[in-house]
Amino acid sequence: MKKLTLRVAEITALSPLVKRFRLIHPDGAPLPLFSGGAHITVDMPEGDLIRRNSYSLVSNPYDGAGYEIAVRREDRGRGGSLYMHTRVSEGDLLTVSAPKNLFQLDLRARKHVLIAGGIGITPFLSQLHQLDILQQPYELHYAAHSRSEAAGLTLLPDAPHIHLHISEEGSRMDLGAILDGQPLGSHVYTCGPDGLIRAVADQAARLNWPTSAIHSEAFTAPPPGEPFEVTIASTGQHLRVGADQSLLEALEAAHVPVDYSCRGGACGRCETGVSACNGQILHHDHWLSPDEQASQTKIMPCMSRFKGARLELDL
Amino acid sequence: MTRHFNTETFRGDYTYHNSPEAIRRFPFPFDQDTYTYSVNIAPHPGGPTGSTFEFAFDVDEHYVSEMQDRAITLAEDPNRCQSLPHMELAGWDLLELIMVSKARDYPDLFTLNRDGDQWHWINRPLGIEQRFTFLDPATLPYGPLEYITRQTQGDFALLHERDRNLWLDAGMITSQADWSLDFDVGMNFFEWHAPVPKARQMGVFDKALKFLLAVEQQQAYRRLNWTMTVNPRLDTSPENYHKWGPEKRSITPQNVGQKQFLRVELQTFWRLPRSNALAFPIRCYLCCLEDLCTNPEWARRLHLVLRDIDPVLADYKGFAVNQKTIVEYLAGFSCV
Repeated sequence: MKKLTLRVAEITALSPLVKRFRLIHPDGAPLPLFSGGAHITVDMPEGDLIRRNSYSLVSNPYDGAGYEIAVRREDRGRGGSLYMHTRVSEGDLLTVSAPKNLFQLDLRARKHVLIAGGIGITPFLSQLHQLDILQQPYELHYAAHSRSEAAGLTLLPDAPHIHLHISEEGSRMDLGAILDGQPLGSHVYTCGPDGLIRAVADQAARLNWPTSAIHSEAFTAPPPGEPFEVTIASTGQHLRVGADQSLLEALEAAHVPVDYSCRGGACGRCETGVSACNGQILHHDHWLSPDEQASQTKIMPCMSRFKGARLELDL
Repeated sequence: MTRHFNTETFRGDYTYHNSPEAIRRFPFPFDQDTYTYSVNIAPHPGGPTGSTFEFAFDVDEHYVSEMQDRAITLAEDPNRCQSLPHMELAGWDLLELIMVSKARDYPDLFTLNRDGDQWHWINRPLGIEQRFTFLDPATLPYGPLEYITRQTQGDFALLHERDRNLWLDAGMITSQADWSLDFDVGMNFFEWHAPVPKARQMGVFDKALKFLLAVEQQQAYRRLNWTMTVNPRLDTSPENYHKWGPEKRSITPQNVGQKQFLRVELQTFWRLPRSNALAFPIRCYLCCLEDLCTNPEWARRLHLVLRDIDPVLADYKGFAVNQKTIVEYLAGFSCV
């Protein structure tokens, strides 16, 4: 995987909980361009541990002068966003991956309907740039609890096809009204909480939208949880996964090589076989099918955890 | 550096020929004495100076003549280049990748000057100078995919990613090993590979698709594929089978050394930045048995591979009808 070492050029508070980080090449060299909806993975070294979180790029994808990400502080997370908020200053160097995209626009669409919930606005911010450049029709619906929580507000143009839904002000999003009557060939994209993604998919299904026209991105940072133990089948090695550590991070810390990309349960790269399981795998990914999850024979170590007596990985 | 470009044909009188240097650098595809399917993937570009792997897009002595042959094929059948409407952006990505790479790797042959979206491209071997506005198709004589691939050796497929699959939604295909863009355009990865025997059951395609979906920007890969072609013909298409199919019956023990070619495809995989599409260039290299056998190790190995190959693959690769003659010819070089 290609890595880039970039300098933090500017940190801006977008809301009480969300900061925007602008990253540039230390020599001013242009950065690789990307496509709307792409993300980068940020290395966050702390002692012997390297945490890695993926963040959507919110800047113009056709502008290689710098990358911008927006990070929401999660006080109950496993520490990645707190690291970004409290340990990273302007002028620091950060190691990041090249841009990758698991939430690209389907450019076959006659119209793009973008639905964001809360911090789920981030992938749409780069997509809006791309849609404007390509001159493709779209509308954006951005739902947030309150204006002060709507961090994306300052980054959105004031335009008739940008719709804000602030539940505190009584303007809750009406998915039926949004999806009904869209022209044939429209595609809908949702990013936000699982409940919103499910609600959009259900509503679209009720209106007979083809499943290939329904897109979503739910990947988030790995959740913390109770510590647990795993066994490596090939070596018999026992590893302890800490409360604020993902299984993938614990494997990396123990130098057990596992391929990865998104670190958010969406890309499938870290899929690992389970050779013995006496307990319950806590699946948090969006990659394995419900049947695969229920079989407890596979796990996505970037996101998922375990509760029980024994988990043996086919590594 | 001075470079020589052959004057030669890939049809009719078939004057295609390899210089000793071209034979030396031929990408011989076999690393063992037997052949079976493998995904055989390596990072690209990267290889010894002068090798076909050294640069992103290899330019060799056949460049000018290959581009003339492509123009003939396109004039007869414009459907050899197609791009579904949503793939135009990927075409621009590919144009940028090729122009930037060639201008960097072959500064004596190609120059690219960029001032914002105002681009100035000079292709000296083909005598082309073009000023255009990047992302504005009205400023080029063809769409971006067709424009740049009329100036670049090899076939090009552009693959659109959706629904955890890849879709063959654009391409420039004039030097193919018996498959048709017009037939395959719009198909997904499993559909367009359906004719390949055995591989699906072996799980080859599931692994290959998983690999391809994971290809990231800034890191391209390559693999080699091969087949056998009678006469140095680039356009071995289904559309023109009536022209080249009967030529398979023209092989004799006397002419097999000159008329039977090993056809090697250097396939590369690139993730494109703006479109997130995958570019899949398929570069064709041709070398006749006589020239290959100037390398004793190649002669020995090719003899064993073609003698012992699974009959189903000999049939699929189109040389079953001449296998006996080819193997007997190669046996003459394999006394050690």
